[in-house]
Parts: sequence; C-alpha cells; structure tokens
Amino acid sequence: MITATHLTKLYGDFAAVDDLSFTIEDGHVYGFLGPNGAGKSTTLNIITGCLAPTSGEVKIDNLDIYENSREAKRKVGYLPEIPPLYVDQTPREYLDFVADAKKVARASKNDEIERVAKETHIEHVLDKPIKFLSKGYRQRVGISQALVGDPQIVILDEPTVGLDPVQILEIRELINELGKKHTVILSSHILSEVQAICDKVLIIYKGKMVAFDAPENLGKNLEQESVIEIFCDCDKESAFEILEDIEEIKDKEILMEEENICKIRVHANGNEPLNVCKKIFMAFASKDIALMQINPIKTTLEDIFIELTKDEEVTTYDSSVTA
Amino acid sequence: MTAVLRHELSLFYHNMTGYVFGAFLLLFTGIGAMLYNINSSVANFEYVLSFISVVFVVIVPILTMRIISEERRQKTDQLLYSLPITSTEIVMGKFFSLICVYVMPLIFIAAYPLIFAQYGDVYLPTSYGSLVAFFFMGAAFISMGMYISSLTESQGMAAGICIAVMLFNYFCASLSDYVSATAFGSVVVLVVMCLIIGFIVRFMTKSTIAGAIVFVLGIGAVLVAYFVGSTTLDNLLPNIMKNLSLYERFNVFVNGVFDINGIVYYISVVAFFLFLCVQSLEKRRYNG
Repeated sequence: MITATHLTKLYGDFAAVDDLSFTIEDGHVYGFLGPNGAGKSTTLNIITGCLAPTSGEVKIDNLDIYENSREAKRKVGYLPEIPPLYVDQTPREYLDFVADAKKVARASKNDEIERVAKETHIEHVLDKPIKFLSKGYRQRVGISQALVGDPQIVILDEPTVGLDPVQILEIRELINELGKKHTVILSSHILSEVQAICDKVLIIYKGKMVAFDAPENLGKNLEQESVIEIFCDCDKESAFEILEDIEEIKDKEILMEEENICKIRVHANGNEPLNVCKKIFMAFASKDIALMQINPIKTTLEDIFIELTKDEEVTTYDSSVTA
Repeated sequence: MTAVLRHELSLFYHNMTGYVFGAFLLLFTGIGAMLYNINSSVANFEYVLSFISVVFVVIVPILTMRIISEERRQKTDQLLYSLPITSTEIVMGKFFSLICVYVMPLIFIAAYPLIFAQYGDVYLPTSYGSLVAFFFMGAAFISMGMYISSLTESQGMAAGICIAVMLFNYFCASLSDYVSATAFGSVVVLVVMCLIIGFIVRFMTKSTIAGAIVFVLGIGAVLVAYFVGSTTLDNLLPNIMKNLSLYERFNVFVNGVFDINGIVYYISVVAFFLFLCVQSLEKRRYNG
C-alpha cells in the first residue's frame, strides 16, 4: 500500500506537483493519466524515492521512503520513462547487478534472473548485448529489472511509448499478467490504453488530482446524455418528423444526406441509450421505414478526460459522488 | 556497495577503458625504466615513478570522465536512486572500482624493482615507499576526477575540466615561485577567491543573500588579518599553492623520506572529494 500525503514539488515558482494526496491499495492495476507535463513522471519519481518532494511524505506499507529507504524501496520495482539500461552489458549481467543491489541471495540469484526473464519473455536474448536489442526488447529488459526481487508494487512510467502496435499489445498483455501478482501502477497519456488495462484511474492535470476512480464510474460523474447514430432509408425531413415524437431526444443533427438515405446523430437525456434505441427502432418500423444502422455511442474516457481537463481553473474532484 | 563495485568493474572491462588505462600507465613505466634504469644505469626506481607521475594528467580523466556523468546522460542514475542502496554506497562502490582498475597496472609495476634487484643493488625500501605514495597520490587524483564527473552530464566536459585541474595542480608548485609573496598581493588574491566562492555558493544554493554573506564574511576575515597582523599574510599565497600541490608532497617520497603526513594528506583529499561527491548525488535527488 502506498500512501502519499500532501506532495508538493516546486521548481523555482513552478509547481510540478501541487498538494497531491492519494492512497494506492494492494492488488489492482492503477493508471496515472494526464496530458504531457501534468506531473505524472514527477509524482512517480517521488513515490519511488528518486526525487525528493519539496514537502509532503510518501509511505510504503507505513515505511517512509526516506527514513526507511532500504526496506521501503525493496517493496517497489520501478521502470522510469527512459529504461535505465547499460547498453554495453547483456541483460543477464544487467539483471545480475540489479539482483545484487536488491540483495537477492546468491544461491537463488540465477533462478531469480531466469524467472523474471521468463515472465517478460526475454529468455532467448539474455546473452545478447543490450545495444543490439530492439526498443520493445529493451522495454522488456527494463520491466524485468523492476520485477527482480519480487516486489509487491511495480511502477511503470509510460511503458508503451515509442513501441509499434504489435509490441504495445504484447506489453499490455504482460502488464495484465503482472496485475495478477503485483500491484501495478502505470502512467500514460493514452486514454484507450488506461481504459484497457487499469482497474482504477487517477487523472492528474497541472500537478493536481482531478479524478480518482474506476474508469466505468468516471463517466457517471458527468452530466449524462446518450448519443446514438442512426442510418435510415428516408429523407431528412421525414426522419426528423419521426424522431420528434420520442420524448427523450433533445437534439438531433444531420451527418450525411443523399438520395433518400441519411445519417443522423441524436442526443438523448439519461444514460440508458438502449431504451432510446428501442423506441427509435419501433418508431421507424411503424412508419415502414428501414433502419440500416443504429449505433449507441459510449461515453469514452476520452470525453471524460477532455471534460475534466478543459477548464483553466482546476476544480478538485469530489470522490464522494460515486463512492 | 559490492554490487556497484562489481558492476562498475564489468563496465570498465566491457568498454576497454580499463585496458587503455592500464596499457598507458605500463607503457610510460616501461619508457621511464628504460631511460633511467637501463640507459642511464640509475638504481633508483623512484625516479621512474616521479617521471611517470605526469601521465596522471592524461590517464585520470580517461578513467574518471564517464563514471558519474554517463549515468546522468543515459538516465541510468534513476535506477541507482530507485534501488535499495544509499548514495554513499554508490559513491564508495564507484570509487573502489576505480581503485581496482588503477591497482591492476600497479601490480605489474611493483615487479620492476624486484627484477632490477636481480642484476645489481637496488635500495628496495625507497622504491616501494615511493610506490605506496604513488598509489595514494593516484587515489587522491581519482577522487578529484570522480567529483568533477559528478558535476556535469557530458563526459567531454568532465575530461576537459579534469585535465585543466590536473595541469594546474602539476604546475602549482613551480608557479608559486612567480606569484607575489607580499601581504598585499595575498590580500588581493584572497579577495578574488572570496568573490569566486561567493558566486559558487550563489550558484549552488540559488540564493543571492547566502552568496553575499559568504563573500562579506570572507572579505572581513581577510581584512582583519591584514590590519591586525599583516606579517601572517607574507608568503601566504606561495604557501597555499605549494600545499595544494599533490605532486610537491610526492617529491618528498622520491627523495627517500617516507612521510606519514603526506599519506594522511592524500587520504584527507580522498575523503574530502568523496564527501563532495555524495553531496553532489544527493543534490541531484533534490533538484531533479
């Protein structure tokens, strides 16, 4: 468990992290989300002890990261934004050093190296110099380093940046596996990624926390409306006439119209888009007009993110609404 | 600490630095031994050590330039900070790895006097006494180079500054004969030094007031000393320069005196720079 209380990091007058407090419970995959320069990396550097905060404190299982740094740091594996690799060495030598530094017993050291190599699928490159490895493999070596010594908490700073789509999928799969055994914290500015792998999302903007909740709960916090797109076999006027009778619909816009086929986006009140879909379908069916497509659009994390970070004035998120 | 030590040693012999350093030192020892011991038939190996001590100006920067600066450039220092090891352990591990690389060629050099002793009378105590001093002097230079490496992210910069400092140190004693020996000359130089120290303090603490306080206090002390007892300031500048010179101390050993003061002096220099090095790493942790 990580407890951060009132973390602040000032660079001159600029607050990279501004009075940030949160608690990370064991056994989940957490996502730190924020635009570039929001203070994600700074926060992660502070909770891993790589950077001292200007004020505030970090405790890992009630051990202060400075006063009991040795014990506290042994509970955490950290992959910084740029994987800290010694490119002249082979992964085996590199992991050997990390295992020594983490005081892994000499007898079990080789087993430990084999274990983390297997977990990150780098067994076959263990004896190739790191400088000859591709970016995806370097990232894996970086992750394997974080896993040495079997820490409770694994912290990954932007683990998929700069990888190709196939590698991104592989790393995500790897993180999912890690989530079963460790508490994983990862940072990202890619929303779909966080949505795909994280149980809980912490959104940081300008050094402040603007939201901390499960991704599916975040949407409920916003003013709700459902968006539905339909594709129908009639002209715009008759379609609008039919839609007029459905009371939930408050707004409609035409997306495309040609020769008696049109595509319309409707905005409806409430967060039960399927009900509205049913009504739309029945309304068109009763007039004998075919609907070729009816598509409820989900509120994505993207919308939430833009909503939360659009204001100049950051309002601190009130978690009691959904809790 | 042993983890860092073993790791650094592996790096030294991965990228050839260790071999280049050893080869360079042994090459110059060979040339020195040929000139003094073989061609001129001198039985004193300490003269060879005195002759090769100038190569420190080149080989110490080769050895120390990347030791910390490269960690910063490659961002591997973040790994060191996140591992359960302290800054002191990092610095000690790195320093002892440098010492190991340095001792390797010294083991070969230690065979020279014994070999020469097979062919004539060599007074071994002065030879080995000088070798011990040679070792400590090198250690002092290495700690200095390591501290310089911790100040910058660029290896080239670290090497450049290190060479400049080493050259100054090498010529310090001979230059001291040419600088002003009067009390007034000393005052001028001390005032300039206070100014420089004030600027360094300002740069490191980012506080103009702290820099100004240090500067004013320094000037005050100098002026009080000048007006109260200006005789104490006579010859002060040349003396400071002579005492700063690590080479000057080594000459005592070459002349056949095993000077414990000199050894203590070298060890203090090592401790001083290692302390600064730890502070430099800690500062980085605070300033990011």
